[in-house]
Amino acid sequence: MTSDIALEHCDVLVIGAGPAGMAAAVAAAPSGASIVVIDDNPAPGGQIWRDGPGAKLPPAARKWRDALERHANIRVRSGTRVVAVPSPGELLLEDAERATRMRWGKLILCTGARELLLPFPGWTLPGVTGAGGLQALVKAGMPVEGERIVIAGSGPLLLAAAATARAAGAKVLRIAEQASFASVARFGASLARWPGKAAQAVTLADPQYRTSSCIVSAQGATQVESARLRQGGSEVEIACDRIACGFGLVPNTQLGRLLGCALVAAGLRVDALQATSIAGVYAAGECTGFGGSERALAQGTIAGHAAVGNEHAAKAQEGERARWDAFAAQLHRSFALAPGIKAMPQPDTLVCRCEDVPFSALQGCTGWADAKLHRRCGMGACQGRVCGDAAQFLFGWTPPAPRPPLSPVRIATLAGLGDGADTRQ
Amino acid sequence: MNGHTLLNIDGHLVRVKAGSSVAAALRVAGGMGVARTSVTGQPRAPFCGMGVCQECRVLIDGRRRLACQTVCTEGMRVETAE
Repeated sequence: MTSDIALEHCDVLVIGAGPAGMAAAVAAAPSGASIVVIDDNPAPGGQIWRDGPGAKLPPAARKWRDALERHANIRVRSGTRVVAVPSPGELLLEDAERATRMRWGKLILCTGARELLLPFPGWTLPGVTGAGGLQALVKAGMPVEGERIVIAGSGPLLLAAAATARAAGAKVLRIAEQASFASVARFGASLARWPGKAAQAVTLADPQYRTSSCIVSAQGATQVESARLRQGGSEVEIACDRIACGFGLVPNTQLGRLLGCALVAAGLRVDALQATSIAGVYAAGECTGFGGSERALAQGTIAGHAAVGNEHAAKAQEGERARWDAFAAQLHRSFALAPGIKAMPQPDTLVCRCEDVPFSALQGCTGWADAKLHRRCGMGACQGRVCGDAAQFLFGWTPPAPRPPLSPVRIATLAGLGDGADTRQ
Repeated sequence: MNGHTLLNIDGHLVRVKAGSSVAAALRVAGGMGVARTSVTGQPRAPFCGMGVCQECRVLIDGRRRLACQTVCTEGMRVETAE
């Protein structure tokens, strides 16, 4: 069955070409090892440095992309996803054209994070996106000129999304942050402790920025026509064309868990050299817990050095990593979600967008398995990546264990799993 | 990235900035960029923007792909409505 799928080898395989993955590959390169970086987006950069006709890449992004290109022993394969783990030391990959079995000597997981997207009435209407989602879509060329946009949720990403939308000609009418003024003010004051972050404090002074404010619902017949927001004790309705809503980030641990890597609360568990609990497998960046691009670069650099046996160079980055770990801790404290966010969904609000399962159908369920078996929650194309995170937040359910294939794939690719492999959903 | 790309969405020619994603092209084609109809008949448009939610899945040159992770190419044929 597997004979028509190409088998390739590399010394170091990096999964993800965001800041962590780029830094890992560049750190490993001087060893002369053959390095492959795969990424499911059309170009390297990850979410933060996503390129496209609507993107203005910062100098740091250019610098790292140039560094990737400078090394002849680094091959970047964009538009490529990991499908499964057919055997130890091998991953099954798929791009738009073909499937590949890739054998690796060392594996570095830099799978990043996704947005925590939580259900509220109207969140399935066209015109509602994630906050980071809006940023990604605009960078990829989606026109928003003249659109009236309401941004809601939590975290500094809301302000970044607002800046991207405004630069593209949109009118950002409101930025609703669920955290309190005291919390955000403390975060703003703390920014001076980290190089390059002080300027970010200024964006917190945005005239449309409101704290202790939460999305209540999106209204519209066939697309968004207005947003209702809670602001302190009262509600306001704002006529708008688009609502961008994100509640922080969730580490992408699916591949790590499929490989058997141990977890901690924040994400994949790593030691001082970014090694996971599985021999030969390292992890760096947001998949070990979210904390921004600087932390991801430091972790990626350490993982890259460690993967090629250069522990001395890896240890030299420990101070830098510790500094950004402290920033991450501050971020988590400041934007912790208020319990009131759990009250957003109404009985008829869909929680599972793939199978259209309403909140009321899940309230009586005992856990994820019950919801999946009896309500079809998480049985659709996203494989519970959106509703699983939501259910974990709303009900405290343990998220679904990842199973191959990790994403919808072509039948021909599944042949790469060979006989006896479990491909059920 | 200069210039433009012409592609075909559900039989209509759509012109986008070169390098745009198919998700961007769906928005240019009209409305808020509806990509598919849900199991209960609701219109759905790109949502997560980064290849997670699968709401923007469409047929591109006959293959099911995510609009948000696919760059438009000249003459590409995109079909919405799952």
